[in-house]
Amino acid sequence: MADVALRKVIKRYDDVEAVRGIDLDISDHEFIVLVGPSGCGKSTTLRMIAGLEDITGGDIMIGGDVVNDVPPKDRDIAMVFQNYALYPHMTVAENMSFGLRLKHYPKAEIKARVTEAARLLDITDLIDRKPKQLSGGQRQRVAMGRAIVRNPKVFLFDEPLSNLDAKLRVQMRIEIKKVHQKVRTTTVYVTHDQVEAMTLADRVVVMNKGRIEQIGTPNELYHKPATRFVAGFIGSPAMNFIPCRLEDAAGTLRIRLSDRIAFPLPPARAARYGALPRTDKLLLGIRPEHLTEAHAHLEPGEETFDTVLDVTEPMGMETLVYFALDGTPVCGRVDPNAGAADGAPMRLAMDLNNMHLLNEETGAVL
Amino acid sequence: MSTLAIDKAGPSRKVRYGSMSRDRTWALRWSYFFLVLFAIFFLTPPIYMLITSLKGSAEISAATNPWWVFHPTLSNYVELLTSNQFLRFFWNSSIISITVVIVTMLISVPAAFALARMKFWGSATLATGVFLTYLIPDSLLFIPLFKMLAVIQEFTGITLLNRWYVLVFIYPTLTVPFCTWIMIGYFASIPKELDEAAIIDGASWLQTLLRIFIPVALPGLIAATIFAFTVSWAQFLYPLVFTTSVDQLVLPVGITTTLIKGDVFNWGQIMTGALLGAAPPLIIYAFLMDYYIAGLTAGATKG
Repeated sequence: MADVALRKVIKRYDDVEAVRGIDLDISDHEFIVLVGPSGCGKSTTLRMIAGLEDITGGDIMIGGDVVNDVPPKDRDIAMVFQNYALYPHMTVAENMSFGLRLKHYPKAEIKARVTEAARLLDITDLIDRKPKQLSGGQRQRVAMGRAIVRNPKVFLFDEPLSNLDAKLRVQMRIEIKKVHQKVRTTTVYVTHDQVEAMTLADRVVVMNKGRIEQIGTPNELYHKPATRFVAGFIGSPAMNFIPCRLEDAAGTLRIRLSDRIAFPLPPARAARYGALPRTDKLLLGIRPEHLTEAHAHLEPGEETFDTVLDVTEPMGMETLVYFALDGTPVCGRVDPNAGAADGAPMRLAMDLNNMHLLNEETGAVL
Repeated sequence: MSTLAIDKAGPSRKVRYGSMSRDRTWALRWSYFFLVLFAIFFLTPPIYMLITSLKGSAEISAATNPWWVFHPTLSNYVELLTSNQFLRFFWNSSIISITVVIVTMLISVPAAFALARMKFWGSATLATGVFLTYLIPDSLLFIPLFKMLAVIQEFTGITLLNRWYVLVFIYPTLTVPFCTWIMIGYFASIPKELDEAAIIDGASWLQTLLRIFIPVALPGLIAATIFAFTVSWAQFLYPLVFTTSVDQLVLPVGITTTLIKGDVFNWGQIMTGALLGAAPPLIIYAFLMDYYIAGLTAGATKG
């Protein structure tokens, strides 16, 4: 096991820069998830750590050693692929032991490791089957088993759950977390699914256009996003961005969302945003869960407004409501018993204690 | 459009069920009709060969029904199978074809692997180039090839012309390009992650080829093997040009040159020899048919 470090890593294909100078420190035993939309450079970064792609610039270190020119087989890593990449002509046991057999491990040791990994992944009964006789979830377990038996310094996962159906994906997500809790190997995991990222990671690396937008624990990213991209990418349904501006009225700082809607800011927020120029074009970032039905008793910082709902989506435990604020589509989350209906008027409450204020031009969270 | 569709499906109109199975029945009838037609067309010559091979020379030249054997005899078979000359042709053909298959595979498989997987400068152009060489007909190549071998023979003093083993060097010019092309298609259809997984598992390029690619692409390998064997076995022009002495001849050339003396055609033995000559590829096809078809179709959709 080992730590992994990336120093100003660049990857250029002809004239396209896929990865534009990444700095990342992954400590021993850590579970890191690289997340971002397709084409953001997350898979390329992973493949560079694996050694499957040359790096154009910078350094990659595994366990303190620069591995830029070390071939994949000597990096002591194991990788799990999206399409499993099991050897179709080998049984499960042969698939798992292939790497060890190539390195001429003693037979008894190979058998012991395969048995142990199979037990850990609950695939002991499948050990003599061929991959085509397995279901998608079972194949994914075998692919993980193949990584585990090698006992590598680093596990690399490249969108391992994308080929599974939704239910199985949730199940395997938990399996992966369990396995990591047991083997504690440093893990780099790539996904485009922010839920997977949030649930699995010790720390999440959000990437966009070949750069790292933000690195942080799932809660940090959720509650303190650094940029508009992160704020919009993490969380489902996504955060609402409503054009707004600050204004002073009767000694209090107010945030104006439309001609008819303006709310006084809570004292803590007023102190934080007080120095901003009143002319700036700003965005109010508010998550759907902070836009709820208005209760009779309002907490400090909660402000109410009336709107007409466009569409409602009952989810069972909650109902998502969609409406427009001055032309901007907005999503809120209300209690299923709050009486929300398509086309019906509703009084909603916005919790300004959990608001974010963003600069519309730079996208920075203020 | 939509109103029309609704009208058609309306309850007032009688719906005819089972039209799917009616279509299917007609499709099957037509299929069988053409299949039988082609079967007759392609099976008539070998059946005629079989009938003729069972006749004595007197019956062949007699004006009886050519599609029936009145006095069946195995004399043609006995004569050929006890003739040293015929066995010599058979032996030459076998040894050449088997060697050519081995040589072809030893060149084609690694070449295809390199062209399909080890991306290097010009690999795509080279892959196309390999196929283009196959498109040059052998009837154009034999004269320059003959000249080349004559020059080499002159300079080195090694006898190449009129020796059966020279064909082992010449046939691969036909088999290697095509087999390489087939195998490139096969190897290209193997997901890239499979060799990446092998590389991460610690396999070298050679180990990846031997332990992953060859087993996974086995149907393609068999298809290529059958092709190389058939081409070598049935080749006529090259052996006709490059070998002349009776003991150096291969089966197809041997049969036509030794059993036709002047304007006397020994039809019984010609037919028998051709039938016996067709046997080895037939046996190989029969055993590997499933693989061969799987191979051809897989190559058709991928690669």
